Amino acid sequence: MADYSVIKAASYVLAHTPDMVIHNGTTQTTEMVVNPDSDYLKELPEHLRSYDDCLAYIPNQAYIGNVTNDELRAVPFPYYDKKSENPVRSGKYGEIMPQSEFYGLMQICDVFDLVLLEKDFAVKVKADLNAWGLLKEEQLAVLDKNQWEKAELERLVNEEHAEGLYENFELVGCVKRAHDVDVNLSAHTMLENIVTKASSVQSILNLLSKCDIDPDSIDYVIDCCEEACGDMNQRGGGNFAKAAAEVAGLNMATGSDVRGFCAGPAHAILDAASLVKAGTFKNVLVTAGGCTAKLGMNGKDHVKKGLPILEDCIGGFSVLISENDGVNPIIRNDIVGRHTVGTGSAPQNVIGSLVTDPLDRAGLKVTDVDKFAPELQNPDITKPAGAGDVPEANFKMIAALSVKRGDIARTDIPAFVKEHGLVGWAPTQGHIPSGVPFMGPLRDMILEGSATRGMIIGKGSLFLGRMTNLFDGVSFLVEKNPGKAEEKAAGGVSAAEIKAMIAESMRDFAESLLK
Amino acid sequence: MDLENQRRVLEFSEQYGAENVVVLLGAAEGEAAGLAAETVTLGDPTWAGPLAGVSLGLAVYHICEPEVKEEIDPDVYDEQISMMEMVLDVDDICNEMNAIRDQL
Repeated sequence: MADYSVIKAASYVLAHTPDMVIHNGTTQTTEMVVNPDSDYLKELPEHLRSYDDCLAYIPNQAYIGNVTNDELRAVPFPYYDKKSENPVRSGKYGEIMPQSEFYGLMQICDVFDLVLLEKDFAVKVKADLNAWGLLKEEQLAVLDKNQWEKAELERLVNEEHAEGLYENFELVGCVKRAHDVDVNLSAHTMLENIVTKASSVQSILNLLSKCDIDPDSIDYVIDCCEEACGDMNQRGGGNFAKAAAEVAGLNMATGSDVRGFCAGPAHAILDAASLVKAGTFKNVLVTAGGCTAKLGMNGKDHVKKGLPILEDCIGGFSVLISENDGVNPIIRNDIVGRHTVGTGSAPQNVIGSLVTDPLDRAGLKVTDVDKFAPELQNPDITKPAGAGDVPEANFKMIAALSVKRGDIARTDIPAFVKEHGLVGWAPTQGHIPSGVPFMGPLRDMILEGSATRGMIIGKGSLFLGRMTNLFDGVSFLVEKNPGKAEEKAAGGVSAAEIKAMIAESMRDFAESLLK
Repeated sequence: MDLENQRRVLEFSEQYGAENVVVLLGAAEGEAAGLAAETVTLGDPTWAGPLAGVSLGLAVYHICEPEVKEEIDPDVYDEQISMMEMVLDVDDICNEMNAIRDQL
């Protein structure tokens, strides 16, 4: 049996996009249609956070790797009224990019001249992105072609169906439509897709840079976001993966897209782990950009309760799955949970299929897993919106099922939740919170010896696509690397056997010298 | 309650008569359960959906309320619901549901 694949690197990025909350989040765009004079729309701008406040938001610092989960747990809830003592842009896993630079990155990611920026704005953006240091000179030169005056941008937005790009409520650019009839190439869709591509590229560039990965070493890229790109004849044709790989300079890679709503990333990681274990590819990068539609999704509740708009960031991540190096944590793609067509939708069936069934098959107890990572939404966002603490509910469900199985006592539920659970920190960007935000921290915990085994659980609500009412999910175990397994060479001779043969030859040679 | 579900609740109550419809909720929080219960009884409090200003006065319960539990085969309840019963704050949910029903 070939070696398991390993988690070689992970990156997590955010782009702070407060103006996009107003113009591109569906809660707000819907309100503009059905109730354009609403108090919510009037009050909203005052609830938008500055970039500095976004950096100082402790869950954001946790997402990019500057705050551990234990440190976040020690922060008294709620988080929105607390400030990080070290509000920095860059973290161990990634960074938080300001909106203006993100618009520049969008233009660099656009190869059809659809993104236009106001000329003076573009000059500043170019200088900032140059200082960022992750783009090539010819990529930055794309920003030089912006000779647009504000009046022309206004005309495109007002008369040509372009989507405006705003900075501090001022028009600074736009995304043009790519076709005059096809809704799949409308300015709205193109903006969504370019944002997704740009945030995926941002995460890949961060991974390459922070983890010192050779771009040419990556053979295959899997994108697992929730958007679809294509024209009216193939609405979800793809391929976000290859498009992002091109901009990120992964010249030796091809790729494809995997979809599964919020469970998409877990499916994609399993695909990557299997491709590597099978020997098809050595290094597979799983990536996803974020989603403009979900910006300010719970904004009405946040404004009503006097909170800032907490969903003001586009999220992205990349995880590199590589062949076994004998060091990094392994992905046990033989211990996999799956919600099948026949599983049913009752929560205990769901948790059973994803958590206890695979552990049973492997002869493991629930308590053998140090940490579970299901949906990891930041409760600061979901609780005021009436959706509760999603991660905590998941850990309670795992604990309650363990009680029903007799693995733990009912009185042990709170201790189990704390010991084997996590406090949520991920932005509510659909696929982004689903298990994968913990892959980086789990890798570090296993490497430093504070954990030996974790379970990543992806769950998805398929009813949203109106194709099925079924729920979905997959899970897999990540374990400490026991050291590289001995590989059998083509002739059926193991490394140990080769060593023994060499030793024997050396002995014979030494003896021959003595004769 | 999302707009599509409001539309379906409205259609069912028109098709079968409000007195013949019972709404069974599975919300994970008292507040969310209360909002959904309010929507199908007094009307949509957010004034966004088809039930805005429409007081259907439907019978509404949460799956974890004792009135519902008594009606269900204990084995089925154990298999389908008992785990969530341990997880949810059932007292809070019951209080919210009773508070809405008291207003009818």
